[in-house]
Amino acid sequence: MREIVVLSGKGGTGKTSVTAALAVCAAQSGLAGGPPVLADCDVDAADLHLVLAPTVREGHEFLGGDKAAIDAALCQSCGLCREACRFGAIGGDFQVIEAACEGCGVCAYVCPAGAASLSPVVSGDWFVSETRAGIMVHAALRLGEENSGKLVSTVKKAARAEAKRLGRDILLVDGSPGIGCPVIASLGGASTVLMVAEPTLSAVHDIKRVHALARHFGIPCAAVLNKSDICPELTRELAAFCGESGIAVLGELPYDPAFVAAQLAGQSVAEFAPGRYQDMFTRMWRRLACDERCAP
Amino acid sequence: MAALHENGPVPGALSPGAGDTDGTALKIAVASGKGGTGKTTVAVNLAALAAEAGHSVVFADCDVEEPNAHVFLPTVWEREEKALLPIPRFLQERCLGESCRICLDLCRFKALIRMAGDIMLFPELCHGCGLCKLACPAGAVTGDARELGVVRRGASGAIRMAGGLSRVGEAMSSPLIKAVKQSVADAPFQLWDCPPGTACPVIAAVSGADFVILVAEPTAFGLHDLTLAVGLVRALGLPHGVVINRDGMGDDRVLSYLEREGIALLGRIPGSLEAARASARGGLLARTFPEIRAVLEGVLETVREAVRAKARDRSLAQAGQGDVSCAR
Repeated sequence: MREIVVLSGKGGTGKTSVTAALAVCAAQSGLAGGPPVLADCDVDAADLHLVLAPTVREGHEFLGGDKAAIDAALCQSCGLCREACRFGAIGGDFQVIEAACEGCGVCAYVCPAGAASLSPVVSGDWFVSETRAGIMVHAALRLGEENSGKLVSTVKKAARAEAKRLGRDILLVDGSPGIGCPVIASLGGASTVLMVAEPTLSAVHDIKRVHALARHFGIPCAAVLNKSDICPELTRELAAFCGESGIAVLGELPYDPAFVAAQLAGQSVAEFAPGRYQDMFTRMWRRLACDERCAP
Repeated sequence: MAALHENGPVPGALSPGAGDTDGTALKIAVASGKGGTGKTTVAVNLAALAAEAGHSVVFADCDVEEPNAHVFLPTVWEREEKALLPIPRFLQERCLGESCRICLDLCRFKALIRMAGDIMLFPELCHGCGLCKLACPAGAVTGDARELGVVRRGASGAIRMAGGLSRVGEAMSSPLIKAVKQSVADAPFQLWDCPPGTACPVIAAVSGADFVILVAEPTAFGLHDLTLAVGLVRALGLPHGVVINRDGMGDDRVLSYLEREGIALLGRIPGSLEAARASARGGLLARTFPEIRAVLEGVLETVREAVRAKARDRSLAQAGQGDVSCAR
């Protein structure tokens, strides 16, 4: 199965706008094998559903991990748990500070009174939905929860299962900003990283770290240069970096108020301004969907 | 909003001092649910304005995966230290072997397996909780460390800079963020640039702040992610307010939300192609755009007044009752 993961390092460069436009154009492109199954793996600030207006077909609770609890009736206030906990998760009153607890079980292990125990916590929800661009698997991490990486893996696994059920062989995955836990999880099994880069000093710095991460895992990269007219010299620098690094540049997008207008209208930019963007994104999708040309 | 001057700080409003004129410590976190809304822009410009007014400002870049503050506040890094996570190392000769599987059974992160008789660790899965070491009946577990990244200290002109840079391939960023904050824990006037999202790294970054400035875009994605960020700071009991960035690029849905929810609007930074172009090249907007400078001076003054008022309330309550629990 081919898995295309859209990343950027820096937030707000246009990952979700590009993903939505690709998804809509892919669904209309009539390529053999059908449209991709979509996965929104930006589980702590998911936005793809705001454009694709999914009808939820299935909802599931996500058990992220365990959290400790201390039974005050049994606790002898001996302090062993607080001493052993490496996460500072035992408060002054011998109650567990949930936000700090990693669910490791040290407190339960050291407690001589059996007052500490662990139980699974629902830390998110995930959904399989229908959209006008095909099936989408998406999720919402509950506020401040951990294990966003595990939820990302859950979403991708469900998306693969949907693809298998429908006889599709390609996933399009909207990723998170950064290069940490959820991003690393979204790269499991990835065939291509599609980097959405913008010509700002911050974004250039950040995209190089994404590229280093992709290289760390041996995953080829392609790029879309967004808002390319904001700073032509940095766009040239980005293009040169892509050239030196063997990154296929699929296209350049201008700084265009149509992107925000489309978002406010609940549309992808390819639907909102088809004259300018439909062919462009359809061509990008054809390149991405084809193994040979996008895996330099 | 406070009185605004175009060409400099309001006299007396941004007076120098340790933290604040009355000695109130000031730790301001700048966060947002969505990435790319302008967190770093707001944070670096506030730091520059405060430094110009004579404050001794410490800037902590808590976005350790993709730190960008140094792009706008060119930094000479003076010290760099590796941040390490303690992980176990197994002394195979002491291990009891097949008859014992205590560590394997206890590890909740599935970081241990037995291969060809030896206990092996997947270091990337280890959270460093120390349970295997505590539980090993044979004393076969000793200490090792995994590099999370580096914590660095330096200066950008008058601004003291601290930041972290996670190791490429490292999944955990929260411990590194905590290490960055720990490295400047004593400074009285701090600005923290936080990572995007609403998961554990953001909690690590905003915890302990006296005030959280949430930066939002007036768009559909902007509003959705702002509501998540507001939910988070409310759950943590942190005082907060919102700066709308790129005002005018979208519509008024964020404004209506703030009114509906009774959330303080700290300021509206007008959006323009010129500002976007200047920011792309690492420019400090407060230096080139007087109207943006005025907005951010107002934001800083409003936040400082909110923190001062809170501190006054707290000391009054303490004087009156002797015992009062304060929101952290």
